[in-house]
Amino acid sequence: MRKILLVGNPNVGKSVIFSRLTGVRTTVSNYPGTTISYTRGFLKLGEEKVEVIDVPGTYTLEATTEAERIALRMLETGDIVINVANATNLERSLYLTLQLLEREVPVVVALNLWDDTKHRGIHVDLERLREFLGVPVIPTVAVTGEGIKELVENIPKATSPGIPTRSRDERWAAIGTIIDQVQRVDHRHHTWLEHLQDASVKPLTGGIIAIAVLISAFLVIRFIGESLIAYVLDPLFNELWAPVILGLSNLMGGSGFLHDVMVGKIAGGAVDFVESFGLLSSGLYVPFAMVLPYIISFYLVLGLLEDVGYLPRLAVLMDTMMHWLGLHGYAIIPTLLGLGCNVPAVLATRILESKRERFIASTLISIAVPCAALQAMIFGLVGRRGGQYVVIVYATLFVAWVILGTILHHAVKGFSPELLIEIPPYRLPPWRIVVQKMWMRIYGFLAEAIPIILGAIVVINIVYSLGLFDAVANLTAPVITGLLGLPKEAVISLVIGFLRKDVALGMLAPLALSAKQLVVASVVLAMFFPCIATFVVLLRELGLVNMFKSAGVMISAALITGAILNLIL
Amino acid sequence: MNEGNLISLTRMRAGQSGIVARIQGGFGLVDRLNALGIMPGKRITKISSMIARGPVTIEVDRAQVAIGFGMANRIIVELD
Repeated sequence: MRKILLVGNPNVGKSVIFSRLTGVRTTVSNYPGTTISYTRGFLKLGEEKVEVIDVPGTYTLEATTEAERIALRMLETGDIVINVANATNLERSLYLTLQLLEREVPVVVALNLWDDTKHRGIHVDLERLREFLGVPVIPTVAVTGEGIKELVENIPKATSPGIPTRSRDERWAAIGTIIDQVQRVDHRHHTWLEHLQDASVKPLTGGIIAIAVLISAFLVIRFIGESLIAYVLDPLFNELWAPVILGLSNLMGGSGFLHDVMVGKIAGGAVDFVESFGLLSSGLYVPFAMVLPYIISFYLVLGLLEDVGYLPRLAVLMDTMMHWLGLHGYAIIPTLLGLGCNVPAVLATRILESKRERFIASTLISIAVPCAALQAMIFGLVGRRGGQYVVIVYATLFVAWVILGTILHHAVKGFSPELLIEIPPYRLPPWRIVVQKMWMRIYGFLAEAIPIILGAIVVINIVYSLGLFDAVANLTAPVITGLLGLPKEAVISLVIGFLRKDVALGMLAPLALSAKQLVVASVVLAMFFPCIATFVVLLRELGLVNMFKSAGVMISAALITGAILNLIL
Repeated sequence: MNEGNLISLTRMRAGQSGIVARIQGGFGLVDRLNALGIMPGKRITKISSMIARGPVTIEVDRAQVAIGFGMANRIIVELD
């Protein structure tokens, strides 16, 4: 089957075009480096079925990041290239176009963001551009679908004009000539969005905007999450589902192994959805009523920040601070993604240049950035004892993030590269795209988390009924009780944390911990070891040796931090 | 550095414009900056710089680019 590659600069809309061509949904955002791996889909070209591949963005065919290296390797395998160019910035897009034309692969150019040229006063003479390049050039507006049909019709007309290989300077000279002939730019005044753009990267106004954005993001996430729980999910579970569970419990005789696995421990004729630990009680309540509301609210807010184009500006503001941790400002993007789920966060470290940065960023994310599922449980369980305890958990993780980053920065050989990023214009994203992305991420959570949560609950019930816990608990008691001041049974929660951290924290609910113990347990659970999904990705991205190093850092950091908290609280 | 109208990007004031005169660095740096449209002869406007040796944000070809302090220091601009 023939392969069509979508190749272009970062943040020009390759993934949107990909979705339009194949119907396959992908994550699209308004910042360079959203696509860090390739996605495949299929397209019918007349009678022929062809494979379409969405390739990570790259400015040139000389790679500097892991995502760009992936793009280069993909290019070797393509039969046709759709070069997605930015109509509002031809100068930059054409360099890659010329490099592609020097290769022996047929090319068709999609001139995307075409609608933007009109209100930005940019005029492009398409006919002249086609003459210069010698390949079809199709203006497109991927977000609305304009020009996609013409693009598909022109794929068979893709050609390789056979331009001889040129030097860098020759290419830039050629681009200068082309731009002079095909592009005219009217002078015009700043729009309010552009004024806001400039204000966002100035020290004073930028700082104020950043604080306002982060505080409102936090408040909106909490408001939506808590409202969903209080007005939708808790009533659903308490009014509708609890009677079903109680009926089922009676039907199954009120006790026994199967009873406990299915509906959990029922005490006093009422269902405690957090503590009962049955598949149909906690197994549904934890993911749907405790975690899902925060997943929805977090990804709605993150999606908006991504699509508006705010995140690269935050990277500029955070750059100096991130350098203390051996990273540069752009590492804030994987870190923020980690507040949703550590798996895509570790993958997103591919936008960083060096192995060293990726090691530091991945390790810090796994240790000090709790995922939304764990955070929802922290809010749910620790929050009940008082907001100040939640603050202590977050403050501890933040301090650990800074201290560990500083240590890793000095301990890991090498230097930290500098920030160099294109900052996209602010865009008001279409709601369809924001909602579609949120739905994809929620679906991803449900599909991956629910089976593991249910599996973990079965495992917990089996191990409890066999009495295996006592042996482990006694063995680790010196560390768990002596060092961390937790009841020895808490070790089971740490073990289950390898499967799912939300369930693991839920396991602490029946142990009647003091608020202080709950704080220590939450922090240790967050830092101790990644969950299995993150572990697999870390292993693949870092390799075995670095994964072991990373795990060593995690375990020691968790124990030291837990012990300190136990001493000072 | 400051010779006549030549000044490094880090020492320009926000709002000042000029033409890139040269990039003092190896091929790696020159390549990466070129890829973002920053090369001798290009007209740029400085938008801001962060405090404490933070990154410099400029406008080039109607797009904004943020450049780490060390790199920005190696970009020499001829002021208007």
